[in-house]
Amino acid sequence: MDDSGFPTSVPSSEGAGVAAVVSRSTAADQTGPPDLAELLRRCGRGDEQAFATLYDAMAARVFGLAKRVVRDPAQAEEVTQEAFLDIWRSSGRFDESQGHAVSWMLTVVHRKAVDRVRSAEASTRRDTTYHHENHATEHDSTAEAATASLEAHRVRQALAGLTQAQREALDLAYFKGYTHSEVATMLDLPLGTAKTRIRDGLIRLRDHLGVGQ
Amino acid sequence: MTTSIHALSGAYAVDALDDDERAGFEAHLPGCRDCQVEVAELRRAAAELAHDVAEEPPAALRASVLGAIATVRPLPPEAAPEPALEPTAATTPASNVVPIGRSRRRRLANLAVAAAILGVVGVGAVTQPWNPDPTSPSRNLSAADRVLSAPDAEAVTQRFPDGSSATVTRSVSEGRAVLSTKRMAAPPEGKAFEMWLRIDGRMAPAGLMTDGGDQTFVLTGDGGAATAVGITVEPESGSAAPTSAPIAYLEFEGTA
Repeated sequence: MDDSGFPTSVPSSEGAGVAAVVSRSTAADQTGPPDLAELLRRCGRGDEQAFATLYDAMAARVFGLAKRVVRDPAQAEEVTQEAFLDIWRSSGRFDESQGHAVSWMLTVVHRKAVDRVRSAEASTRRDTTYHHENHATEHDSTAEAATASLEAHRVRQALAGLTQAQREALDLAYFKGYTHSEVATMLDLPLGTAKTRIRDGLIRLRDHLGVGQ
Repeated sequence: MTTSIHALSGAYAVDALDDDERAGFEAHLPGCRDCQVEVAELRRAAAELAHDVAEEPPAALRASVLGAIATVRPLPPEAAPEPALEPTAATTPASNVVPIGRSRRRRLANLAVAAAILGVVGVGAVTQPWNPDPTSPSRNLSAADRVLSAPDAEAVTQRFPDGSSATVTRSVSEGRAVLSTKRMAAPPEGKAFEMWLRIDGRMAPAGLMTDGGDQTFVLTGDGGAATAVGITVEPESGSAAPTSAPIAYLEFEGTA
């Protein structure tokens, strides 16, 4: 059993972000997923309708990531709200040439979530046994589930290309919010090794997924 | 232990640096195009990890968020920076910064204002008067020239959003490090910039700079043994140890 925390086999495939994107954009009478970068630009000009569309497209991924890191649903809601406020406030400064819209937004959420768990150090989070949570979304039509499954499958395949050690280090850092020094201690690694594993793992992931520039 | 700051890119991309490391890396980032690109790519790879964790938030949250943004005005775009100076940090939301980074950025903003004034008064003007304090960095330019022209000289440059920059050149054979500033804003009233050599993991005082502008001087101490040079804002008389986050942190390569 791989205890890295990352799925390596195919679980039930409800609840991936793409599903949300697909369903909401259809509701907005578009044929494809919304152009998030364009929505961000409109937000920067104060367009609240664009923000609502952005929220609908991203809420599941934002909340899901926040909850994965902070665990507590009430705190995850707070982090989600703070993150969306930040995204709105800073939307005029989003620069597509400097980064991808989704990762820009998830970066905001992730840092907020990590800062939250670190400031609440020694809280129940450290005592909680880690486990996977696969939540069904409210709108898992077959088509959406298929799209989501496809996307999730691609990521899982990329993850399978990582070494177990890289997956472990990445999981502790990204989903549990530990610093690389803490990760090194937890995995009995010489100090300084964990950051290399994290970086190597991300590089391999990037190359597998073809998200380099 | 010492480490190459570039190697922190992955940990930075997944927020796995502690506050000090994060501040150091964010000071490094604006001047390092390679790290900017890598961080953007690795963040994107990390974002893919979140595919499996999507979960619909409670429906009430939507109304709460949409209600909240109605009372907040989006920030204006930042003044177009020079392309090479475009820091990734500046493209992440303003409030998405730890307090330490925020105070540093505010200081940098103050410096930017001062630099702008300098720019009007006369950029690249004459060498500023040196700090007369005998413990301050030597103004022996021939020593500086020796370091700058040494065959083993290695230089690290950090550029700031206001267009100013700091370059540290050191030569192991000369055992010295030289700091050169360009269009540096003057330190705040009653304060000085203090330079530090990071040696054996500790920050050793390497001199005080009381003026901005274009300056070159030799840092006090064994620059050859240093793994990094930091600059902090300190009381005019200097401090024995840094009391604030660095406004600049330049790490030598190959010292990991």
